[in-house]
Amino acid sequence: MPWDRNQMAERAAQELEDGMYVNLGIGIPTLVANYVGDKDITLQSENGMLGMGPFPFEGEEDPDLINAGKQTITELRRTSYFDSAQSFGMIRGGKIAAAILGAMEVSEKGDLANWMIPGKLVKGMGGAMDLVAGVGRVIVIMDHTNKHGDSKLLKECTLPLTGKGVVDRIITNLGVLDVTDGGLKVVELAPGVSQEDLVAATEAMIV
Amino acid sequence: MKKVYGSASEALDGLLHDGMLIAAGGFGLCGIPELLIDAIVESGVKDLTVASNNAGVDGFGLGKLLDTRQIKKMMSSYVGENAEFMRQYLSGELELEFNPQGTLAERMRSGGCGIPGFYTKTGVGTVIAEGKEHKEFDGETYILERGIFADVSIVKAWKADTTGNAIFRKTARNFNPPAAMCGKVCIMEVEEIVEPGELDGDHIHLPGIYVHRLIQGEHEKRIEQRTVRTREEA
Repeated sequence: MPWDRNQMAERAAQELEDGMYVNLGIGIPTLVANYVGDKDITLQSENGMLGMGPFPFEGEEDPDLINAGKQTITELRRTSYFDSAQSFGMIRGGKIAAAILGAMEVSEKGDLANWMIPGKLVKGMGGAMDLVAGVGRVIVIMDHTNKHGDSKLLKECTLPLTGKGVVDRIITNLGVLDVTDGGLKVVELAPGVSQEDLVAATEAMIV
Repeated sequence: MKKVYGSASEALDGLLHDGMLIAAGGFGLCGIPELLIDAIVESGVKDLTVASNNAGVDGFGLGKLLDTRQIKKMMSSYVGENAEFMRQYLSGELELEFNPQGTLAERMRSGGCGIPGFYTKTGVGTVIAEGKEHKEFDGETYILERGIFADVSIVKAWKADTTGNAIFRKTARNFNPPAAMCGKVCIMEVEEIVEPGELDGDHIHLPGIYVHRLIQGEHEKRIEQRTVRTREEA
């Protein structure tokens, strides 16, 4: 059985080490926070916060306390706040150990496309370009194929890029792959998924 | 020098002209200068270029200035949370310059620090880099981004003393300090103005040197995405 959303998030949580400062993207990456267990992980929200807490209880929402997805959240005892220039200073400056992000396409060279589909509604890149250019390690979580069954791991991205050669590791419903010099290297297969299954679902070069 | 004004309209008096560049603080609807936006709507000034991370929602925040067609161009990282914005953009009535969020923040900060340009890795190899100078430093490629020097900044803080020393609250700080810094004139609205000495000088987030005019007022502080958990989940 390939991994479901929660299992992909659980697998991604294994990438995080004690003491890391991490930025989680919107969607499946947000679920990773549910699986960090006892590890001491500090979540960054790029609108200006380190130490992001869970959603508030009803009636305790604070309009001055939101995450980068504009959702109401809470603070923790360790929380600190700062402005957007400093927030992206720490991102661009490589102080954030890892970002876990969703994607539309990833190429075998680690190019990432996750912000724009030409001809469709374009809302903007937000902080995604800054994150992939700046953080220590970029981990992508996404389905291996799109809803038409086409591979999302490509030789070349067809969509406008968020970053060139920025992705380190890809976690899909079929397994875990690393971006290496010659192409993508399979690190792990989801239970019941064979190497042949994964290769058959992948356009990118598997080494 | 008197910095405290009686209303947003009074604070904007003499500063607005058609075609000007305004830098606005806020992220989503959090920490936006609601009162100054309302006063700019009333002023009728037009053909504005607005540097702001987002463009508000229908009928609130910068969305109000879109409804009245007073904005010609937005410089933003993430937009389209309102139908009117998308309508004007898709019909070609509204120009849009996408900036990566950190690049936008640093462009404002740099402008405020007298830095006309800086190099960044953000956007290299993407459409953002097209037409921009590329330069190698220690084997890595960077692009040149320009500082923003705004005619006027409009920002929102939590508290300030009468000299403009300001404190923000939680994530409502966001783009407000860099936006404040990059304006030739900065107007700040706050929830509470206090006397000098009432704020601890060690706790000031934005020194009053950046703030030229100051108003106090009531804020709606609308929530864009209300997300909660139940007690049972905890």
